[in-house]
Amino acid sequence: MLKLIGIQKSFGNFTAVRNVDLTINDGEFFSILGPSGCGKTTLLRLLGGFERPSQGAIQLDDRRIDHLPPHQRQFNTVFQRYALFPHLSVWQNVAFGLQMKKTNPTELTARVEEALELVQMQEFGNRSITTLSGGQQQRVALARALINRPKVLLLDEPLSALDLKLRQQMKVELLALQRKLKQTFIFVTHDQEEALTISDRVAVMNNGIVEQVGTPQEIYEYPKTLFVAQFIGSINSIEGEVKAVTQDTILVSGLARRPFSIKPSRDGQRPLPLVEVGTKVKIMVRPEKLKVLKSPPGLEYNYIEGILKESLYHGPETRFLIEPKDKTNSCPMIQAVQTNSAVTARKPFASGDRVFTAWSPEDCILMGAEGPLPLPEPKTAEILSDELPIQNVVLN
Amino acid sequence: MKAALLHRSKPSAKWFVKLITTFTFLLLYIPLVCLVAYSFVGTDPVSGASFFTWNWYSEALKDEGLRSGLWISLWVGLWSTLGATILGTTAAIALERASFPGKKLFDAFTLVPLIVPEIVMGLSLLIWFVALGLTLGAFSIILAHITFSFSYVIITVRTRLKDFDPSLEEAARDLGATPAQTFWKVTFPLIWPGILSGALMAFTLSFDDFLITFFTAGVGSDTLPIKLYSMIKYGISPKVNALSTLILLATILMVLFIFNPKKKTGLAAHS
Repeated sequence: MLKLIGIQKSFGNFTAVRNVDLTINDGEFFSILGPSGCGKTTLLRLLGGFERPSQGAIQLDDRRIDHLPPHQRQFNTVFQRYALFPHLSVWQNVAFGLQMKKTNPTELTARVEEALELVQMQEFGNRSITTLSGGQQQRVALARALINRPKVLLLDEPLSALDLKLRQQMKVELLALQRKLKQTFIFVTHDQEEALTISDRVAVMNNGIVEQVGTPQEIYEYPKTLFVAQFIGSINSIEGEVKAVTQDTILVSGLARRPFSIKPSRDGQRPLPLVEVGTKVKIMVRPEKLKVLKSPPGLEYNYIEGILKESLYHGPETRFLIEPKDKTNSCPMIQAVQTNSAVTARKPFASGDRVFTAWSPEDCILMGAEGPLPLPEPKTAEILSDELPIQNVVLN
Repeated sequence: MKAALLHRSKPSAKWFVKLITTFTFLLLYIPLVCLVAYSFVGTDPVSGASFFTWNWYSEALKDEGLRSGLWISLWVGLWSTLGATILGTTAAIALERASFPGKKLFDAFTLVPLIVPEIVMGLSLLIWFVALGLTLGAFSIILAHITFSFSYVIITVRTRLKDFDPSLEEAARDLGATPAQTFWKVTFPLIWPGILSGALMAFTLSFDDFLITFFTAGVGSDTLPIKLYSMIKYGISPKVNALSTLILLATILMVLFIFNPKKKTGLAAHS
């Protein structure tokens, strides 16, 4: 188990990573996701040993490792641009890690062959690095990093240098490899789709802070902060004001004559936040939760009336841009996405049509105007105790 | 790495461009051609007629003064190149990879020998060596040559270091290499072409330096350029032409051998 406790890293006046607590389980495919400059690469470099934390501790199986130089850690890295040694052949690149440990020649040969086979590069041993394609270099970098059988494999945006088709393919191969080896992979990326598809859990970072840690489904469906909601996927955000609060419903005014109602999610994962009447809030709804209709829906749904401005055909789905009838500056356009099986068959809407876009009260995410709203006590306490930093660690 | 080959037509040169180019090349190479030609010309003492001869070459090689001058030049060149290359390479690594107080100043100072006029350099070295009580000779020449040639090594090695991705060194460390292993297995092979061309430059500079050597040489430590100069004072002997032609030939062979494009795989691999 890998633990990061209160990790902070500053470069002069700039704090790249602040107060990060993370626990990464053995054999987990863990992603660190965030926009460029959010501190995710710095965090990875701290793990690899290329930087020392300014504060905090890193523990591997309860042993503190943050003071160890890279060559004494059981971590290996796949670098962003692979960093393959240009003066060595494929075989020599893969063998490098074992040669440094002075492994005997018989074992060395066997393990290099094994590693090359793992990434299907047996045929390429004698080739020079410069003659390889991007995907092949990627594989050699993987084999080279895996040959020391690291406790944790660190991957720094390894797919970003590949073109789309290859990226899709390598993503699947990477996941298969991880499942086969059952090693911990820590994968840094700015590509949310990559992170969502292959990770067991994802940490979303922004401005040096971990905003949320959870399964891909949790961070997509139940974002805890405004940033997570907006960074992952696209989302509609409607400003409003709380009008009434009952046991299981919050009523919010805004953008339509009838107030919107908000209910806890059906699976109970998202309880209603604690708000008072008059609080300024944001209602956030994912575009695929919206239905586009020709007439107003039943009373149990929230809806906005508007004019269809644009239908964007994407192949598997169509994205509708709807201008609300009572549009405001904060919400000039509503996005709705519908799968094409139903839509294309009838082609029911044309630009300029009057439409109604509707969604269930259970599909709303309610946020404060400035940030997350407080959640009810019991749930909060339970979540916190799970992530509380360990107090008895000596920090430098 | 693999740049897509784009075909575009190149404009052909205008007549005056061709003319200037021809003129420039003539200006550069006629003196060399003359030197080589004269080294083969003998004059009959009776009739005054010219004829082809290899004689000057054997004369030049038999000349005790020229031979000792060549020997001292090679000796000085060898040791000053070695000194300048080691100092220059380590300084380049420090300037490129490390951070330390006063780095900017140090950086600027390493380039000063390139801009200080040679006459000032030679004079100041002479004063300094005399003040130290150093006997002027091959040793003082070697020290003097190191001071001006190590700047060139710094430049060539730094260019090489700038070119290569620091994550290569990180990758080596990541794979379990100690700092020393990282240097010898990754850094050194990759900057080797830079070190080599720096060393070559240092040797060339040392071999043909006149002014600074003139100031710092003592009795009996005349390098080849100084020997040649003192010979010329008593009239030009075609022996000098013959020896210069041999040096020219040696230089061309050396450059062809070291900068052979087919042997540049290490260099090409990373560009």
